[in-house]
Amino acid sequence: MALLETAGLTKRFGRVVALSDVSLRIDHGEAVGVVGPNGAGKTTLFDCILGVQTPDAGSVVFAGRRVDRLPTFRRSLLGIGRTFQRLELFSGMTPREHLLVTARVRAGGGRLWKDGVGLGRPLPAERREAGELLDLVGLTEVADVPVEALSLGRCRLVELARALVGPPRLLMLDEPSSGLDEGERATLVSVIGRVRQERGVVGVVVEHDLELVTTVVDRLVVLDVGRVIADGPAAAVLADPVVRRAYLGAGR
Amino acid sequence: MALFFSYLLPGIPYGCAYALMAAGLVLTYRASGVFNLAFGAQAYVSALLFSIAVQHGWPVWAAFVMAVVLASPALGLAMERLLFRYTRTSGPLVKLVPALGLLIAIPSVTQMIIGTATRLPSPLVLQPWQVYFHIASTAVSGEELSTTVVTVVVVGALAVVMRSRAVGLRMRSVVESPRMAELAGVRADRTSAGAWALSSLFAGLAGVLLAPIYSQVSSSDFTALLVAAIAAAAIGGFESLPLTLAGGIGLGVAQELIAGYLPSGSILSSGLRPAFPFAVLAVALVARRTFRRGAARDPMASCDPPAPAFRPPARMTEVAVGSRVFSAVVASLLVAATLALVPGNWEFVFTFGIVLSIVFLSITLLTGMGGQISLCQATFAGAGALTAGQLAMHAVPIGLGILLGGVLAAALGAVVALPTLRLGGIAVGLLTLSFALLADNVLFLYPWSGNGASGLTVPRPQVGGVSFAGSSAFFWLALGFLVVLGVAVKLLQGGTTGRELAALRGSERAAAAVGIDVRRLRIVAFTLSAAIAGVGGALYGSLVQSISPNDFNYQFSLVYVVVVAAVGVYSVAGAVEAGVLYAVLMQLVSTMSGRFSSLLALIFGLAALTYVRHPEGVVAYGKSWVLDRAEQLTRHLQRGAGRPGGLATVGGRRRQHSGTGS
Repeated sequence: MALLETAGLTKRFGRVVALSDVSLRIDHGEAVGVVGPNGAGKTTLFDCILGVQTPDAGSVVFAGRRVDRLPTFRRSLLGIGRTFQRLELFSGMTPREHLLVTARVRAGGGRLWKDGVGLGRPLPAERREAGELLDLVGLTEVADVPVEALSLGRCRLVELARALVGPPRLLMLDEPSSGLDEGERATLVSVIGRVRQERGVVGVVVEHDLELVTTVVDRLVVLDVGRVIADGPAAAVLADPVVRRAYLGAGR
Repeated sequence: MALFFSYLLPGIPYGCAYALMAAGLVLTYRASGVFNLAFGAQAYVSALLFSIAVQHGWPVWAAFVMAVVLASPALGLAMERLLFRYTRTSGPLVKLVPALGLLIAIPSVTQMIIGTATRLPSPLVLQPWQVYFHIASTAVSGEELSTTVVTVVVVGALAVVMRSRAVGLRMRSVVESPRMAELAGVRADRTSAGAWALSSLFAGLAGVLLAPIYSQVSSSDFTALLVAAIAAAAIGGFESLPLTLAGGIGLGVAQELIAGYLPSGSILSSGLRPAFPFAVLAVALVARRTFRRGAARDPMASCDPPAPAFRPPARMTEVAVGSRVFSAVVASLLVAATLALVPGNWEFVFTFGIVLSIVFLSITLLTGMGGQISLCQATFAGAGALTAGQLAMHAVPIGLGILLGGVLAAALGAVVALPTLRLGGIAVGLLTLSFALLADNVLFLYPWSGNGASGLTVPRPQVGGVSFAGSSAFFWLALGFLVVLGVAVKLLQGGTTGRELAALRGSERAAAAVGIDVRRLRIVAFTLSAAIAGVGGALYGSLVQSISPNDFNYQFSLVYVVVVAAVGVYSVAGAVEAGVLYAVLMQLVSTMSGRFSSLLALIFGLAALTYVRHPEGVVAYGKSWVLDRAEQLTRHLQRGAGRPGGLATVGGRRRQHSGTGS
C-alpha cells in the first residue's frame, strides 16, 4: 500500500492552471524528489498535500486515509512533518523549545487542567527526544540560543529537526537548500543523509537544486506547467529527452 | 423623496470627513505598514488650533494654513521620522502600541499646553447652520455645502496628482510595492514620509471640516471619527483608495438614513447610529479576503526579516535569587504598608491597583503570551462587573456573582474569538475594537445589562460568616484573587498551553504545520483571558460598589493595552507592576488640577513610544538594566574574593545569549 497517493489533483488560480491532473504515488521507504522549472506547480502540489491550499479536484490519500478535507494540523498529526521554503520559525524561541513544543503536540497535546496544577512542564522523554534530534542535526551547541541569532543554514536545520519530531511517517522538505552557501549546503546534504540512515524517514523534496536532489533521493518526479512529465529513477529521468527539453533546456 | 433627502443630506459632512481620514489611513498603511490610529488625535489638534487661531482674529486662510497645511503634516512627519520609520519590519503589536500611545498622549499634551477651557469650533468656509439653497425642498446648510465642496476639490486634486505627476507615480509605486520601488531607484523612505505628510494633512482637514458639527472641540468626537474612518478603510480592504472614499461617504450617509428611518426613542435607534460604523467595520473585516490570515500579509513583510521577539535573558543564579527576594520584600512591604501605615484612601488605591492587575493579567495571557491583539478587554471586565451587579439585584450572593461574572465574560470571549479566527494581525485588534464600541453603544445600555447611564450597584461580598465589606478585608480578598490567578497564569505559561501560545505568537503557519489546532488555541486564549478580565471587572465593581457601562468603555481598553505594553506585557510581574503603578500614579495625578489632570494619559502614552525599542516594557527594561549591573558587581566581587575559576563558573551558569538586538 502506498504511503501517499494523489489522484487527479487539479488546482487553478484564476486562469492559471497550477496543477493539472497530478497523480503521484509514494511508497514506504522511498525518497522522492519533485523538480521542475519555476511555476511548474511544485509548491502548489506541496500545499495541496499539506492542506495549505484546497485542490479544485482530485484526492489525497495518506496512509490509507483520505486527507484532502482535513485541516493542516490534522494531517500533520497523522504523521507528516514539513519544512518551509521561506523560514517559518517560532520567533523568540530556542531550537530546544521548538522541539519541546512540537514533541508535546505530536504526543497528543496537553490538558488545560494539568497546566493549571503545574503538570504541563516538558517530560523527560520529550527532553531526551529533543536532545537526540539536536545532536542529529548538529545544533547542540546552539540549542538554547534564540533562533534570531542563528545563521540561515542553521535555521533550516532547526526546521528540519522540528519536522523530524515524532518521528513523522512522511517528511516533506520545500526547497531546503534555497539561500544557503556552499558550506551550509554540504552540511544540509550530510544531515539529510544521516537522517535517512539513522531514522529511516523518507521524504518528498521539492527542489531547484538538481545536484542536491539527485544525491538525496532515488526517484525523481518532474513537473512542468502543472503536469507530471516524467517519473522514475533519477538517472533515467535526467536522461529523458522530454525532461531535458522542458527543464534543462534543449541542446544541453 | 423629500424625507429621504432630509435624512441623506446631514450624512454628507460626516461621510466626507470619514472618507478623508480613511484615505489617509490607507496611504500610510500602504506606505509604511502602520495603521496610524493617531490620526484621530491629529484631527483633534488641527481643529483645535484652527478654532483658536480664528477666535484670536487670524484670517481664516492663515489659520487654515497654520493648522491644516503646516501643523498636522509636521506632526505626521515627526512621527514618521522619530518612530514609525523604525517599526517597518516589526510585528503588528509593535506598530499598534505606539500609535495607540500617541492617540492617547497627544490630546493630553494639547490640553496641558492650551488648558482645558471649552473651545468652540470655527467654521472653515461657510456659516455651518445657515441655509444656502434647497434640494427637493430640503435645506442645504453651509456645513454640508462646504465639506462636500472641499472634499471633492481635495480628492480631485489627489486623483489628478496621482494620475499625472512624477510624485504621484512614485507614491503609487511605493504604495504598490515599496521594495520594488526602491530597487527601481525611488527613495521609498522619502516617499513614505511624503505619504505621512499628505495623510496627516487629510486628517487635519477632516478634523477642521467636521468640528463645526459638534458644539465644542473635544477629543472623544474625533476618536469616533477615527473609528468610522477605519471602517471605511476596511471597506476598501486597506488597499483601494476609490473604494475607501466611496465607503466613507456611504457610511456617513447610511448612518443618517438609518437613524432617520428607525423608530425613535428605543436604545436600538439611539445606539445604532453611533454603532453603525463599527458594525460595518466588523462585517467588512470578516467578509473581505484581504484580512484573512495568510492573505493579510503586512505590506512590508517581504522587505526584511522581522525584528526578533523579546525574551528575558537568563541570569546568574545569585542575581536571580537576589532579585526574587528583593521583589518579595517590596511586595510584602507594600502589603504591610497598605494595611498599617497609609491613610484610608491609599488603601483604596492599592486595592484598586490589585484589582486592575487582575484585569491586566488577561492582557498578559492573550497578547503577551499568545500574540493576539485585543482592544476589548475593558468590555470583558465590564461584562463581568455587570453580571455580578445584575445577579446581586436578584439576591445571588456576590461572591458567587464574581465567579459567574468571570464565566459570562469567558463565554463572551469565546463568541468574540469566533469571527476573529479567520483574521490575522491588526484585523483581530480592529474587530475586537468594533465589538467594544458595539457594547458601549448598544449592548450595555439595556436595563438587563448595564442599565445605561444610571448603572448598577454592586455590594461587597460576604462568604459564610466572613464579611469583606471592610476595606482591609476587601484588600485581602482582592490580593487572594490576584495570587491565585497570577499563579495560574504563570503555571499556564510554563505548561503545554504556554508553549503552544508561544509557538502561535512566533508563527501561526508553523504552529499549524507541527500539529497545533490554531483555531482551538485562539478560542482558548480568548476565553481564558476574558474570564480573568471578567473576574477582575466584577471585583472592581464590588470595590467601588456603583458602576455604569461608562466605567468600561472602549477608551479603557485602549489605555489598558498601552499601559501593560509600556510596563511589561510578557510577564505576570509586568501585569502587577502595571496595575499598581497605574493606580498609584492616578492617585497622585488626581491631586493636580486643571490642565494637568490628563498627565496620566501622557505618561503612559509616552511610555508606549518606548515599546519600539524595548518591547519588554520600560519597567522590565529598567529591572534588566539593574540586574545587568548586579551581575557585573557579583562577578567583580567573586573575582576579588579570589575564587578560583570564578569567571568560568559564571560563564557556565549563565545561558550564553540574550538576543541579537534589533
